[in-house]
Amino acid sequence: MATIEAHVPAHAHHTAKKKSLLWDLLTTVDHKKIGIMYGATALFFMIIGGIEATLIRIQLAKPENTFISADTYNSLFTMHGTTMVFMVGMPIAVALFNYIVPLQIGARDVAFPRLNALSYWIFLFGALFMNSSWLFGHAPNTGWFGYANLTERQFSPGLNTDFWSLGLQALGAASIMGAVNFITTIINMRAPGMKLMRMPLFSWMAFITSFLIATALPVFAVALFMITFDRWWGTNFFVTMAGGDPMVWQHIFWMFGHPEVYILILPAFGIVSEIIPTFSRKPLFGYAVMVYSAALIALIGWGVWAHHMFATGMGPIADAFFTISTMIIAIPTGVKIFNWIATMYGGSIKFTTAMLFAVGMLIEFTIGGVSGVMHATSPHDLQQTDTYFVVAHFHYVLIGGLIFSIFGSLYFWFPKIAGRMMNETLGKLQFWIFVIGFNMTFMPQHWIGLLGMPRRTFTYSADLNLGGLNMLSTIGVLFQAISVIILIANIIYSARRGPRAGTNPWGAATLEWATESPPAEHNFNRLPTVHTREPLWLEAAAVEDAARGTPDPHIHMPPSSYWPIFTAFGVMLCMALFMTGIWWTPLIGLLWVFVGAVNWAYEPTH
Amino acid sequence: MLFLIQAAGDAVPVEHPQTTFHPVTDFGVTLNELFANTFWWTMSILALVVILTLVIAIRFREKPGDAQPKAIHGHTLLEIGWTLIPAIIVIFLTIPTVKVIFETQAKPPADALTVEVIGHQWWWEFRYPEEGVVTANELWVPVGRPIHLVMHSADVIHSFWIPRLGGKRDVNPIPRGTQGEKDKRNHLMFTMTDSGSFSGQCAEFCGESHAIMRVSARAVSADHFQQWVNAMKPAGPVVAPTGENATQIAMQSNTSATTPVAPQQNAAGQQPAAAQAPALDLDQLPAPTGIGSAVRPEISAEQWAAAGRKVFESSMCVACHTIAGTPAAGVLGPNLTRFGARPTVGAGAAPNNMDNLQRWIHEPQSLKPGALMPGAVHGIGDQAPTGLSSREIYAVASYLMSLK
Repeated sequence: MATIEAHVPAHAHHTAKKKSLLWDLLTTVDHKKIGIMYGATALFFMIIGGIEATLIRIQLAKPENTFISADTYNSLFTMHGTTMVFMVGMPIAVALFNYIVPLQIGARDVAFPRLNALSYWIFLFGALFMNSSWLFGHAPNTGWFGYANLTERQFSPGLNTDFWSLGLQALGAASIMGAVNFITTIINMRAPGMKLMRMPLFSWMAFITSFLIATALPVFAVALFMITFDRWWGTNFFVTMAGGDPMVWQHIFWMFGHPEVYILILPAFGIVSEIIPTFSRKPLFGYAVMVYSAALIALIGWGVWAHHMFATGMGPIADAFFTISTMIIAIPTGVKIFNWIATMYGGSIKFTTAMLFAVGMLIEFTIGGVSGVMHATSPHDLQQTDTYFVVAHFHYVLIGGLIFSIFGSLYFWFPKIAGRMMNETLGKLQFWIFVIGFNMTFMPQHWIGLLGMPRRTFTYSADLNLGGLNMLSTIGVLFQAISVIILIANIIYSARRGPRAGTNPWGAATLEWATESPPAEHNFNRLPTVHTREPLWLEAAAVEDAARGTPDPHIHMPPSSYWPIFTAFGVMLCMALFMTGIWWTPLIGLLWVFVGAVNWAYEPTH
Repeated sequence: MLFLIQAAGDAVPVEHPQTTFHPVTDFGVTLNELFANTFWWTMSILALVVILTLVIAIRFREKPGDAQPKAIHGHTLLEIGWTLIPAIIVIFLTIPTVKVIFETQAKPPADALTVEVIGHQWWWEFRYPEEGVVTANELWVPVGRPIHLVMHSADVIHSFWIPRLGGKRDVNPIPRGTQGEKDKRNHLMFTMTDSGSFSGQCAEFCGESHAIMRVSARAVSADHFQQWVNAMKPAGPVVAPTGENATQIAMQSNTSATTPVAPQQNAAGQQPAAAQAPALDLDQLPAPTGIGSAVRPEISAEQWAAAGRKVFESSMCVACHTIAGTPAAGVLGPNLTRFGARPTVGAGAAPNNMDNLQRWIHEPQSLKPGALMPGAVHGIGDQAPTGLSSREIYAVASYLMSLK
């Protein structure tokens, strides 16, 4: 990934003396560099999570396999889920928010650049902290959902669950800081004339997603504190013999967990809403409805959490309520699909790799949406939940919806980030191999589930007669792996050898395409004034002149700072010392954080 | 399409013993009828989206000399249309769904057979309070009579799922102080329409050996069921759990503890076969050559079983296991009454035969990772190993297999 970073030269005329690349990355507060670091880290963890998935599928390739032990398997599926949600799905969206949103809204940086750096470093240290558990042989093994009371010390005496809960606490804190930053940036730092209803859809989704993160993650933080207190300080939130109720964990977890699903999928909606109009050469169909439907999804998304719990015995009234609310949320989602299709209608569609992934997303995500409505049929969900049918469903949503969009976004925005085009032949090859592999892996899992195989099982009986379908599913993983290897090769190759991109290779409409590729450190020479939703289609000359014409003589950019990484290190130190079980040692980490915070506060920013 | 899916994946139910497509209860049939409704509506929408996407993508692909397409910003009527039509479809989906939600969670009929289901890491306990019978891992039910399962867990959350009997239901540990009016135990209700043996397994992740927490249902005629009940009843006075065992159980889950098994005389007056055979001094016997060795021809199976009973009742086995009609009255582990008739050892860990049973007694973890029963050589947690010799293991296995 360093190759990309190497191609982000500082174009600003006023940059201070040359610093080493490493020191620059450790102390940068530039939203673009932080975005690249977020993206590179997320891709790294995507490989880790992918390796975990591959090991899981090898174990399940045939019945009664003994490739890995039960305990290792349980750690693998726990860490696969946790990694893919918190270290891949969220940060890769945050990477794009970081890089693209300030450019799209015509800002020089985010509102709080040092906070931005802090949230990256806490994210990185939290992720490394949790993954270090593999080295100690205490990898989390109670599922990414960490259902109490299995997570209580009585049933999980090792440090596994502590690595999980503390690591997630750090990742959640990082996400909340990032969300606050984006909300402030989008409210305060839009270019003159960019009313909210002129803002590109991707920035809108970043805005709505940030509200969801800022409100849902604290709910999860509370749950994590409860289990940490239960495990270390003798509280009894989920201890049944003391009157605690494990159902409470499930309600709190999914009250966070369902908005989390929309935190993952709304950025994907944003990406597709940029790619499809660009390559159809038409504005987005029903812009206002697209904004309102996303806001509605985010709102209703708070009232559907217990559809993850239809089998828990909530009673018919709760079951009926969550059935109805879940069915309702399908409506605004469907509206979006139809609006994307209508955007393509009458267009002149250029099938670049990015567009292939976007159109692929429409179909694959709809398959996931349709099986979602099947789960919402709550009485029959009693046959579906906790089986491979659900595994198939949410992989169609998260890979078919999110990862297809993310891959599309890489091809779409890479020219802006690296200044060079990605190889389209390799890109199309990657797309088709991925489509084959993805569907081969997850389509059979619908049947595997309905034919009686539960999730999270390290082995299955040969009597189930599901060896063939499972083998097919495992072979699909091979294709997906090849596809991702081609993607990485393409990124590395194109960053060095790709043809120069120019400012707006796709003829797109939004402000980021008015800047240099890659953009100067200060993004725009003068802040552009916009009057339309598609400035580069309708008012290109003025906008391009602002972006690349005579620079404003009074550009002020924040200086780099090492206090964010210093402070974030204190957070990791605190967590690591906590694991020793000696009560006063984490105070050293807290003191470290305090020193960092004080120096941060008094650091000159001019 | 649903038919195609069934045909593709599941032509003959026997090929997939845990299929959801061939229910054998009224409950399962109701769920599948409801599913068919949702399935058809949603698959129609999927087909529409896929066809529209592909047709439009191909029809409007870039062609040389394309003019700049007309900018269409929206179409109010169309957008209202594709909001309202899905909304109407949602109504068609929701009304029957809500109806079935209330139907399937109604009060059980008065003549229902109540069975208490208790989940344990990683096995199932079944108590028949009216019949005074306790068994494990194999649920016996009569065909044609409504069955009412009342479920809770002794440790962590499990989920009871035998796909051909209908949907699953979580088996939760019950917070202390919620008995009586606030009873938080879960329920499942169904009536068997077919006889046979149907397999299932725990569906909620419950720790290391979640994958090997299997269960089966044995559906038989009402007469056959009554015979089974009679045969399960203890011949002698029943020892209710007292002292430490009872306390431990109460600590684990206060509502569980025990449905006191009514001290009834066995109608058939059966006594486990082993009890009658003459005892035998194990030390005088040549040791079996190891697990899997053939039954030694010079000693009869009855003699081995009688010796095994002695070992069983004088070792730590009885701290956890009950065998009706004998002094063995532990309640932490599975009830082993008529164990020899069970299809599997270790809740589905392996088929029930002398080899596997010996392996299990020697080291349960070799068949089921993390199993909470101590082996002969290795203990588990703070429980000491049983210390049984291979000779004693062979004897105990013979005894258990004789309990049919």
